[in-house]
Amino acid sequence: MENVIELKNVTKKFKDFSVKNIDLQVQQGFVTGFIGANGAGKSTTIKMMMNLLKPDSGEIKLFGLDYKNHEKAIKERIGFVYDGNVFFEGMNLKDIKRIVAPAYKHWDDTLFYQYVEQFELPLNKAMKTFSKGMQMKASLAIALSHHAELIIMDEPTAGLDPIFRRELLALLQELMIEGNRTIFFSTHITTDLDRIADYISFMQSGELVFNQSIHDVAENYALVKGGLDLLDRDTEKAFVHVHRASTGFEALTDNIKAVQNTFGDSVVIERASLDDIMYYFKGGIHHV
Amino acid sequence: MQIIISNSSKEPIYEQITNQVKSLILAGELQEGTALPSMRNLAKDLQISVITTKRAYEELEKAGFIYSIVGKGSFVAEQNLEVMREKKLKVIEEQLSAVITNSREIGLSLDELQQLMKILYEE
Repeated sequence: MENVIELKNVTKKFKDFSVKNIDLQVQQGFVTGFIGANGAGKSTTIKMMMNLLKPDSGEIKLFGLDYKNHEKAIKERIGFVYDGNVFFEGMNLKDIKRIVAPAYKHWDDTLFYQYVEQFELPLNKAMKTFSKGMQMKASLAIALSHHAELIIMDEPTAGLDPIFRRELLALLQELMIEGNRTIFFSTHITTDLDRIADYISFMQSGELVFNQSIHDVAENYALVKGGLDLLDRDTEKAFVHVHRASTGFEALTDNIKAVQNTFGDSVVIERASLDDIMYYFKGGIHHV
Repeated sequence: MQIIISNSSKEPIYEQITNQVKSLILAGELQEGTALPSMRNLAKDLQISVITTKRAYEELEKAGFIYSIVGKGSFVAEQNLEVMREKKLKVIEEQLSAVITNSREIGLSLDELQQLMKILYEE
């Protein structure tokens, strides 16, 4: 299967933070959700994908092309949407379109007006009068109007009400009917991902913990609950992190089989949500 | 094709789909050769991810319920003997249930019913 985005051993160091040795492949035709706590390095990684930041080392390819020689060709094929108003506040959508459209070879005016109508966006009102949801729709309309094959979004649903979020997800699903389109987006609202994500990429403290299909995540991770007397240095090895309370323990395992073999029926094993996984990994990464 | 997904069920979503499609096929509601909706359309309609419908279709294909032609889509397969048997058994079960209901209505005991069945079976 073809990889639309490919990061090989990508590292970017800042004064007090770094993104380290990222190896990440994003498959064509699927939705990948990008999760991780605040400051995990998601935005830095996305900026490197967009060539807004240059990595210190490693290789980044989009559609199999590198930015050094093919920046324009790559950008033609990407629609980028991110949190916050990208456009000049005082301008209206018509003016913005007039500036943005000529930059794209495949700009489609008919499609643009179709989205403007579908999203009920006013063409002649200044962007600063738009609500957050409308600004998101405006960025999306522009991103979609040049037939982008890859849509990269940095927290597109942040700060949006549940109704609009659901509309947005439905729209993204509609876009995915064409099998060659790829969506990569970061979010904190993991329930959005339960609906539409095919793959989950999880970052923690500047490192990529995993990039797996939602089925693999469900099969690899589980919550385990049981009595404190079951825990000792040996049995704890099966857990990513253990949370203790006077009533018993709750832990995340990345080795469900080992837990079943060790504890049998004495523990409860449940499906771990993405939130559970993020929470327990935050407790520290234990390499088993 | 009617499919109802429960998000609170312990059964994984792809299994819910495979089981419901199987029942539709066994019940004869989806006939041999019928085209199934594309994976991507089904994902959109059910508001679930494409990879989930993909897995469901892959499992159905493995079990011989459907077949896929690249570029054309997925279709209900000709059912093999085992499947046919399962299908028939289901019909028999339904018919017997009706017989039992009728028997109860006129107070026919299980013994009497079995006797009647024996006579008819050996005829």
